[in-house]
Parts: sequence; structure tokens; C-alpha cells
Amino acid sequence: MSATILSAETLHTDHAEHHDHAHEAKENVLFGFWVYLMTDCILFASLFATYAVLHNNTAGGPGGKEFFDLRYVFIETMFLLASSFSNGFAMLSMHKQARSATLKWLLLTAVLGLGFVGMEVNEFTHLVMEGNGPDRSGFLSAFFGLVGTHGAHVSIGLIWMAVMMWQIFSKGLTPAITSRLLRLSLFWHFLDIIWIVVFTVVYLMGVL
Amino acid sequence: MNETALFGKLTLSAIPYTNPIIMGAVGVSALLTLIILGWVTQQGHWGYLWKEWLTSVDHKRIGVMYIILAGIMLLRGFSDALLMRFHQAFAEGAGHGFLPPEHYNQIFSAHGTIMIIFVAMPFFIGLMNFVVPLQIGARDVAYPFLNSVSFWMTAASAALIMVSLAVGDFSQAGWTGYPPFSETQFSPSSGVDYWIWSLQLGGIGTLLTGINFFVTILRMRAPGMSWMKMPVFTWTILVTTVLIMLSFPVLTVTLALLTFDRYLDMHFFTNSLGGNQMMFINLFWVWGHPEVYIVLLPAFGMYSEIVSTFSRKKLFGYASMVYATIAIAFLSFVVWLHHFFTMGAGADVNAFFGIATGVIAIPTGVKIFNWLFTMYRGRIEFTTPMLWTLGFIATFAIGGMTGVLLSVPGADFVLHNSEFLVAHFHNTLIGGVLFGYFAGYSFWFPKIFGFKLDEKWGKRAFWSWIIGFYLAFMPLYALGFMGMPRRLVHYDDPTWQPYLMVALLGALVIAYGVYCQVAQLVVSIKNREALKDATGDIWNSHSLEWSTTSPPPFYNFAKIPHVDELDQFAYMKENGINHRAEGPFAPIHMPRNSGVGVVMGAITFIFGFAIIWHIWWIVMASSLAMLAAVIYRASDEDVDYMLSAEEVARIEKRGSASTARGSSHESTHDLITQG
Repeated sequence: MSATILSAETLHTDHAEHHDHAHEAKENVLFGFWVYLMTDCILFASLFATYAVLHNNTAGGPGGKEFFDLRYVFIETMFLLASSFSNGFAMLSMHKQARSATLKWLLLTAVLGLGFVGMEVNEFTHLVMEGNGPDRSGFLSAFFGLVGTHGAHVSIGLIWMAVMMWQIFSKGLTPAITSRLLRLSLFWHFLDIIWIVVFTVVYLMGVL
Repeated sequence: MNETALFGKLTLSAIPYTNPIIMGAVGVSALLTLIILGWVTQQGHWGYLWKEWLTSVDHKRIGVMYIILAGIMLLRGFSDALLMRFHQAFAEGAGHGFLPPEHYNQIFSAHGTIMIIFVAMPFFIGLMNFVVPLQIGARDVAYPFLNSVSFWMTAASAALIMVSLAVGDFSQAGWTGYPPFSETQFSPSSGVDYWIWSLQLGGIGTLLTGINFFVTILRMRAPGMSWMKMPVFTWTILVTTVLIMLSFPVLTVTLALLTFDRYLDMHFFTNSLGGNQMMFINLFWVWGHPEVYIVLLPAFGMYSEIVSTFSRKKLFGYASMVYATIAIAFLSFVVWLHHFFTMGAGADVNAFFGIATGVIAIPTGVKIFNWLFTMYRGRIEFTTPMLWTLGFIATFAIGGMTGVLLSVPGADFVLHNSEFLVAHFHNTLIGGVLFGYFAGYSFWFPKIFGFKLDEKWGKRAFWSWIIGFYLAFMPLYALGFMGMPRRLVHYDDPTWQPYLMVALLGALVIAYGVYCQVAQLVVSIKNREALKDATGDIWNSHSLEWSTTSPPPFYNFAKIPHVDELDQFAYMKENGINHRAEGPFAPIHMPRNSGVGVVMGAITFIFGFAIIWHIWWIVMASSLAMLAAVIYRASDEDVDYMLSAEEVARIEKRGSASTARGSSHESTHDLITQG
């Protein structure tokens, strides 16, 4: 949500400037990234549909009720939500051109994000060790497919974040880097929203 | 299957050196490639090719490269078609044709995949790359570099399919790759993996192109060009990009899930342990049906431009054309189940999808009547593009009607999976899609290269194609009624054979048409001085791309035009408004060429090949290389430059002077080398 506010804010301040080509290109890049996120939404929608079709096909293996640990997943969720929060602060620092503050907030975001991915990897490893890996049943395939795709997105976001931190560190908050950070922020919040749906549809509805 | 750490599943036995047909095809392909590479080397063109074409981010250059790719793949896909026609004509009773079943299955799978993904897609993407920015009065697309990446990913995927000929095999599961047959249990070889990865990687390139052109059309139109002043071709492309963005992610997921099944032993679509193969078929066609309209709508746009130009009239019912396009796009998402009426969805569901399918005929009919009314009382000029259009209207009407017939679930139960279906979709894809692209190709060729195509050979090509088409596919309708299933490698009913002989004859007539098209290109290049387009508006047409020189300067427009009317260029000509920009000029902001796109294409190819053969260390290495390429590009600050006002003035002056002297080709050739 903070992404919407922030991007609207930047667009607004930018409008005061001269409407030159470079500026138009920058706006196009941001808009195009929005559009890309919408296509990613379709990708997740397909995975949710898959999960909906297969969630009862446990083939004698465990169902969600047997192994979902809501307390664990809640902590995991908090990691991700907190990372979005700190990412918001990183954006605020960025708009103030405060380089080291931006870096610090981004670092916190990355650490929290890493915590989320770590917990997910831990959950997955345990399942696989117990013989309930993705090859156990259609349900588990769909579960690993959906949750794992989200996790892969977060991991790519982390790599992106690391590259951005290196770029800020070496070049400062140039317009090109600010524009990239804005897109990274959109991506990060988008993954948050997807996770809320994963948490609801997979875990909450799974233990009902 | 045994895997080694160094080579994965790959062994020397993967090369089918015992099969003379395959080795012959490999030999011919390799020889042609060597001849071309040798010629380029001998002429010393590598520097020019690299600097001006391979690394280009100019939408016009990328468009041309897409069209060349489509042309090459058309020859491959058509060779497959000829093989099948020859085989089936002699596969009755004691005759068994000349192809073993496992080879025949690969040929029809490759034919479908290549024709849809590597001919139809790059062909229209090439034309839209060239035309759309010019039509909307823009200097380039929204993301020129991304455009180059998209092209090279597509080219890399096409190369993967070509390599499947020489190393390993191709999928035998048809172009639709239905599980459980495409699962490891029944298709353990790397064939299905070739199919998966060439579709997957090419599909990502297409999705990026879709986003690119959606943003380009939405945000970069010349001032004054409101929605309903947009050229109709641009409209169809806009709607097409929406279809791409909504449907290609579904393909990505579908293929990824099948990949998980095959690589990680998961159970999305398997028979056992809770898999659901109907889910694959649903997901596949949720992409697959919109895909049909992704290739068809651009053709509709091309016909609309052409029919109006050569009838010397404004397009009849422009607004209804736009709404019909949107309606077709919407309906294309609610008909996917008609691809499997017989698979147990039940009467009510079938009825819904049957009716939705039939309803598509209404907006399509609106279009047909619009084209007819455009021609009504027009002064029709029977040029090659117009002939393709006329051939389309007649042929596509038949294909459409057989489609409506198939949309009735009851009739579909009788005709599904038969030669009737094969005839129907070739009727729409050749008579609808391919004719449109050929029309667009001959229509915009003079704009692209500055000289037009030879009309005599063009007309020969058209007549061969249309006569050949009817000979090849009308018998298949009859065979469908007679009960012949599709994809047969052998049959025992002697009454089918005469029809298949006629179909073979048709394929040979089409082969002559293809020959005519190659000859047309050669003859036209030879006679380019005589065929020169000195005016930039060789057909006396109506939209902005014709207001530039042929070929246009690399920055397209020295000054961005202001748009007052639909058919702005016709409006300018009628009202005596000068369409050539005059000084003083302003500097122009241009993107720099970049080799990173080519490199990313190469990495894509290596990644694809390695993952198909389970060579994990190369998979890891190429993934890291891809990441490095992205980071390298993101760290490069020197991605654009300013073209000075003096330079623009110089180029414009030469452009207009040479136009007056009638030698625009020379000067634009110089422009190319300066680009």
C-alpha cells in the first residue's frame, strides 16, 4: 500500500519538472513494471487455481491439517510484513536523498526477508525429510509449487536488493538507481499481497 | 536413465546418425548455415552485421530480424508438412509410407509447434515492430533494449528446436503435449523437454514483447492521437498485447508444472498419486485459445489497412471494427473448453462453451461485412497485398463456418480428432493468419526497404498458395466426414487414398508458391532500382508510417507529428499540409545499441540445451551468467545519446533532396551505416 502512496508522490513532484523525454521514459518504466506485476498476478492466479483443484488429492499422504503449524507460519508472515514496513522507511529515506539511512533500512528489509525465506526453507526441508516432499502427492505438489514460487520470487527480490545496496553504496542515489529502488519496492509489496492470499487460502483455510 | 556429471543425459548415441532422412535434413540445414556464414565472412560483413543489426535496439531492425526468423522457420515447418503429406499418401494397406511411427509423431509435433510459435508469432511481431511505432508517430518502443532481449530469446528458442533435429529427438506428444503421455513414464527421452523449453523460453520473450508494445501504444502516441484516431492495425495490436499479457503467464505455469512432473517427479498431471491431467488440458487451452486470436487479430488489422488503401476509400465502420476486435478478445477467454467437448464436462458446460464459441462468429462477421462494404463502390486495385486480402475473405469465411459447425457439441462428438478438424484450423490459420501476414509483408515491404516487391512473382505466389490450399485441405474435410482420424501413420481404408493424393498435390502446388516467394525476393532485390519507392508513399495510403521516407530515418520522425484526424496522413495530403518536417530541428534523444541482448540470447540457448540434457553444472553456470548480464546492463550508465540538431538537419536535407531526385535508396543506405 505504501508503494501506491510513494509512487503517486514521486509522480506528483516530478510533474513540476520539465516534461522532457528522459522523464517520460522514467514514467514509462514504472508503468511498465506495474503491468509486468499484473502479468505476475495471472501467474499466481494459475497456481492458486491448481492448488484449488489438487488440495484434496492427498493420495494417502498427509493433508494440510496434519502438518500446517499456524503459529510458525504466523511468525514467518510477520517477518515478511515487517520487511515491507522497513522497506517503506527505506523509500522515505531515499526520497530525502539520505544515502546511509536508505542503506540501513534496506539492510533490515533484506535481513527480515532472509528470515522469511529461511523459515520457509526450514519448513520445506522438514517436510521432505519426513517423506512428505512434493513428489508425495498431488496436494503436496500443488503446495510446494504455489508456496515455492512465492518463495522463489522473494529470493530473487533479495538478490535484487543486494545488487541495489551495492549500487547505492558505490554510486549513490542517482535518478536511475532511485527509479530501480521504486520498482523493487513495488515488487516487494506485491509479494506481500500475494503472501496474504497464500496465508489465507493455503494455511488458514487448510486448517479449517 | 544414466546420467554423468559432465554431460548429463547426453551421449553420442543421441545423434540419430542411422536415420537418413534426419541426417539429410541436418546436413542441408548445416550446409545452408555454413554457406551463409562463409559468404558473410568472405564479404567482410561481420562488423556491419554486428554493429548495425545484431546489437541493434532500433525497432525497425528488430522487426526485420523477426521476419527473417519467421521465414526460415516457415521453410522448416513446411518441409515437415511435405514429409507428412508424402507419407500419408503412400501409407495405405501394404504400403507403409517411408516414416517410422516414432519419427512421424515427431514431425507432426514439430510442425505444429514451429508453425504457431516460431512462424506465426515472430512474423506478426516483426511486422508490428516495424509498423506500430511509425503508425503512432513515435521514435521507438517504450523499452528498446528489452525489445532486443525479446527477439534474442525467441531466436534462441527457435535454435533449440532446430538442434533437436540433430541431437536427441523431439516430442511425440503433438504440439499440445497432453499428459499423461508427455510425462516421463511414457515419454522418457529428451524430446518432450525440447518442446517444453523452446516453448517456455520463447514464451517469456513474447510476454516481454507484449508488455513493451502495450506500454508503447498506451503512452507514446503522438499528441492528438486519441483512442478513436488510432490506426486500426495499431488497435488490433493493442488488443493482441492485452491477450498476450493475460494468457502467456498461464502457459508459463502450465509448462513449469509439467517440468516439475518430469524433472522432480511431482504429481500435477500424472495418472497416479493425485495428479489431474484434465487440469493440464484446461490450463493449456486457457492460453491456447487466446493464442489463436493473438495470431489472428493482427492479421485482421493488416487486412483493414490494405483493403482501405487499395479500394481508395476510408475503412467502412472503423468504430465497429474496433469494438468487434475487443469483443473477439473478450470472447476468446470464455471458449477454451470447446477444444475438449468430448472429455466429460457434461451437457450444461458444453452448451455454455458451444454457444460462446458460436457467438464469436458475430463480431467476426461484422469485420467481414466491413471489409466488403469498404470495397463496395471502391476503385479496387488488384495488387499482391489486395489479392491476399480477397483470397482471405473468401477462404476465411469457409473456415469460420466450419468452425461454427464444430462449435455445436453434438457435431463435435462426431468430428473431433478427425481430419475435419485439421482442415478447419488450417483453413483459418492459412487462409486467415498466414495470408494476412503475406499481405502485410508485401504491403509494408517498400516502407521497410525502399523498394517494392515484384508483382508478377507475387501474383504467382498468391495463386499457387490459394489453389494449393484448396487442393490440400478440401479433401481433408471430406476425409473427416468419412471418419479418418488425424495424426494417422498408417490406414487400411483404400477409399481414403485418392483424397490424400489430391492433398499431396495441393501441398506440392503450395511448394511452388513458396518457391515463387523466394524467387520474388531474389528478383526484387536484383531489380531494386526499377522497383524503387522514391516518394515514401508508394501505395497512396493513409496512416503516418507512409509520411516518412522509405526506409524511414533511424529516428523515424525529425519532429513528432501532431494528429488531428483518423487517417492523419490522408488528411494532411487532402489539406495540403506539409508532412516533411522543416527546420529548425531540436536534438533527438536516442538509445545506444547494445550487445547484451545477443549475449543474453546465447545464454538462453546454452541454458535451454543444458537443462534439456540435465547437465546441471552448465545450468548453474548459465543462470549465473544471465544474472551477471542483467547486473552488467543495470550498471551501464551510457545507454543513450543525443543526436544533435545539426545532424538531424543534415539527414533530413539529404532525405528530402534524394527523394526529389528519386534516389532515396542510396541516401538511406548511408543512413544505415551511420546509425
